[in-house]
Amino acid sequence: MKYTEEHEWLRAEGDAYVVGITEHATTQLGDLVFVELPEVGATVSADDEIVVIESVKAASDIMAPVDGEITEVNTDLADDPSLANSDPLGKGWFFKIKPSDASQLDGLLDEAAYNALIG
Amino acid sequence: MSDLKQTPLHALHLTLGAKMVPFAGYDMPVQYPMGVMKEHLHTRSKAGLFDVSHMGQVIVRGNTYEAAAQGLETLIPVDILGLGENRQRYGFFTNANGGITDDLMLANRADHVFVVVNAACKDADIAHMKSALEPDITVTEIKDRALLALQGPAAEAVLATLDPRAGDMRFMDVATLDLNGTEAWVSRSGYTGEDGYEISVPSDAASDVAQALLDHPDVEPIGLGARDSLRLEAGLCLYGHDINETTTPMEAGLTWAIQKVRRSDGARAGGFPGADNVLGQIGNPVARKRVGLLPTGRAPMREGVVLYATETSDTPVGEITSGGFGPTVGGPVAMGLIGADHSAVGTTLYGELRGKRLPVTVAIMPFTPANFKR
Repeated sequence: MKYTEEHEWLRAEGDAYVVGITEHATTQLGDLVFVELPEVGATVSADDEIVVIESVKAASDIMAPVDGEITEVNTDLADDPSLANSDPLGKGWFFKIKPSDASQLDGLLDEAAYNALIG
Repeated sequence: MSDLKQTPLHALHLTLGAKMVPFAGYDMPVQYPMGVMKEHLHTRSKAGLFDVSHMGQVIVRGNTYEAAAQGLETLIPVDILGLGENRQRYGFFTNANGGITDDLMLANRADHVFVVVNAACKDADIAHMKSALEPDITVTEIKDRALLALQGPAAEAVLATLDPRAGDMRFMDVATLDLNGTEAWVSRSGYTGEDGYEISVPSDAASDVAQALLDHPDVEPIGLGARDSLRLEAGLCLYGHDINETTTPMEAGLTWAIQKVRRSDGARAGGFPGADNVLGQIGNPVARKRVGLLPTGRAPMREGVVLYATETSDTPVGEITSGGFGPTVGGPVAMGLIGADHSAVGTTLYGELRGKRLPVTVAIMPFTPANFKR
């Protein structure tokens, strides 16, 4: 598992990565009520704001963790945003991305570094 | 953070695991570990306990109740003189243009008027009353009492365990109850659209009273986050957002609060700031109105979202004044100030959200049925 400083997690699945947000992030955000996902097939660049999420409190963005192509999105999450709160590492995933430059993964955080980040 | 004021329940909030935020100069609980969504739903299904001690509690006293009421009627376009003993009523202060400078609750407590005003406005309200009222009417801010709200369908059963007389009160009644030996000034009212009570108790007893209520299995502590979503679903105005000093009662949809006796041709017509404008607008067209709005999609539309009549028009017709997700509605809810030509129920407007125009329908409020004990 890899992490970003923006509280996303990435889990390898074939030649793509499943991306979601961490439990720390969902706890901070509160109950999610709206998720707008990117288009499947979209080519995105790292740090592009590709997902809009709204909690009961406020709107925020989720950025692409690396350059790549969106290969799948979690339509169940769009229908029921609370999945991100109840199962952030499982049913609450957001999208799958196929990196165009796998070396960008090396720049992400490992679990120890992420845990140190959130203290 | 050190300049933030604390309510008498501050330590209890921390013990309960609240997330604290600055609000109107106070360090206040925005949510507890349960979270805004569950806190909201719990209040609608059982009972929630809110700390609203940041609000201003004010006693206005003259030689008689009538003297104090007559004084306040020079500032507030409401029948205060005719308010029955131990009854409460909604009202607001107006300015010379007829704009609303704060909204408030007034209670006839036999020999004085008990006024509850918004936290952010309380200093200005008190200064306004002190300067405008005759010197034989005293205006005293009650700083040594906390204010709790117990809201929800189980509120009556819960409060009656401490004093059974709570069950005898009707909506908008006030009474002095004995809660575990503490004298409590109680009204049967609130800000959630649910049955419930607002409970003023001495600061040094506040934590014990709050804990006694929380000890009931149906009661959970509720933060400001759910307070906002509850009042929004109930269609209740938030001062400084849905109404402000530029909004008149007619525009705000609040003329129901101006009793006949204070209207043109009433026995005590006018006599408050901006009366000509306020009364002149009643029954006549106004340029804009506060309306309920239901976004068609799932995306919440929050305060500041600009509304258009069509997907392409360049000219805004209004703006969202407060909005968010309604947990009981199960979708986004909002209210806004809209040009009167576009304010009919059922009208489709378009809110501009992240560069896209998304449809929103003018709707009847409240969004959830009120559940008062009339």
